[in-house]
Amino acid sequence: MSRLGIEIEGLQVRFGEFTAVHEATFTVAPGESFGLVGESGSGKSTILRAICGLAPRSAGAVRLTGEGESLPAPGSAAFRRRVQMVFQDPYGSLHPRHTVDRILAEPLAIHGIPDAEARIRRALDEVGLGQGFRFRYPHQLSGGQRQRIAIARALILEPQILLLDEPTSALDASVQAEVLNLLEALRRERGLSFLMVSHDLGVVTHMCERLLVMQQGRMVELLTAEELAAHRVREDYTKKLMEASVGFRRAA
Amino acid sequence: MSATSPLLEVDDLRVSFPTRDGGVFEAVRGVSFTLGQERLGIVGESGSGKSQTGRAILGLSAPEARISAKRLAFKGRDLLGASKAERRALRGGSIAMVLQDPKYSLNPVMRIGAQIEETLNVHTKLSARQARERVLQALTDVAINDPERVYKLYPHEVSGGMGQRVMIAMMLIAEPQLLIADEPTSALDVTVQLQVLSILDKLVKERGMGLIFVSHDLRLVSSFCDRVLVMYAGKVVEELRSGALHEAKHPYTQGLLNCLPRLGESRHPLPTLDRQESWKL
Repeated sequence: MSRLGIEIEGLQVRFGEFTAVHEATFTVAPGESFGLVGESGSGKSTILRAICGLAPRSAGAVRLTGEGESLPAPGSAAFRRRVQMVFQDPYGSLHPRHTVDRILAEPLAIHGIPDAEARIRRALDEVGLGQGFRFRYPHQLSGGQRQRIAIARALILEPQILLLDEPTSALDASVQAEVLNLLEALRRERGLSFLMVSHDLGVVTHMCERLLVMQQGRMVELLTAEELAAHRVREDYTKKLMEASVGFRRAA
Repeated sequence: MSATSPLLEVDDLRVSFPTRDGGVFEAVRGVSFTLGQERLGIVGESGSGKSQTGRAILGLSAPEARISAKRLAFKGRDLLGASKAERRALRGGSIAMVLQDPKYSLNPVMRIGAQIEETLNVHTKLSARQARERVLQALTDVAINDPERVYKLYPHEVSGGMGQRVMIAMMLIAEPQLLIADEPTSALDVTVQLQVLSILDKLVKERGMGLIFVSHDLRLVSSFCDRVLVMYAGKVVEELRSGALHEAKHPYTQGLLNCLPRLGESRHPLPTLDRQESWKL
């Protein structure tokens, strides 16, 4: 399957009177990894949710880009199959009373994909868990293992774009490294495009080629990872975020 | 109580829990340290026993936990032999604890002012008006701009950073000598994190408190604390001076530092931690 990108133009998200995202415009090229950075309330997660239809779009357009056949429109089942999401909290995003097997079988059933047995086996192998985990419940798994299941659930539909909402912020540092490595390897193998939300600048520059800094629902600055790594940032807010990520500095 | 005894003495602290199959799980296996008026960090990953250490000092371990120590003393006073009433009198008054997530650790159906006042009423005898003034002062101390307004709010009406400041105000109002902060900033944004830390920093300095800062974030803790204990599988594997992370010798500490993605450094794939059985011994 060919690689897909995504184009966001003038996206606005409102909840009643409150505007969570004022205006977001950016593109993720096919095969690219793009980061969204900002604090709570900056609207970064809301953008992901609006793309996959979990938040209302009040204005603007979301389009898939790529070669070949006519690309599905947002909201359609075909779009959802190509664009899958991994959520932040692996303790909250897996059904507590479904086994791993059932969690992985559900998306296949929804999209009418045959051959569930083989696909579930393969998905478990791909995220490095193996068959021993297939009939366990989420509470029998560690945080890192749960997040691997969440990634497997997203990948089992063979999407081309993965929306990652803080995929490692609930994990320990050593487990974070393992999950990030897994995501990178999967991206390489499958030619995936990533749209990744994080508040950790280190993680975003590690994973993404370009990133967008957001604050209170507005775009602040569009940067490449190299620019950020070399501290070539223009906006004060980005500088503040960079300082904060270094650690605490005692007042003299 | 001798004048020279340190604020807190912990010698060979052990916390264990009975497991369902009749065995015993040792969460903390012989932790020792002494604490003066300083900032001590305890760092480790999930399950390393760092939170259980903090809870045991305060006497907040789960009822089935078995706690033993050669010595566990606060200002020369033995804590393990103390009665429940004595422990309760110390808790909140002399030793206080800030918990991780203000969303879960504040009472959702009680106004913020009333919650803070409750601590005060337990440990001091003040008139209603004096108590209210103390609460407003405490809210001002944690850099809340409009204490009169926040006093009347419910926890769900404030942000995470504000909630955590309320929590700190509540813990500090009885002027404890020892503050245990269990992941006080982990639920907060990076910039808010620094704000909360600088408030803690100022209060510790001004009041001469001892602080135990429990966290999984090695870099943050080492930039904030005077000393850092690194825990793995219930034991202290290494002690580090502040800002001397590069001197870390234990492979676990080195591995932990190494696996973090860093700004301006390209390492693909990231090194991961290869856990050795021998670290547990």
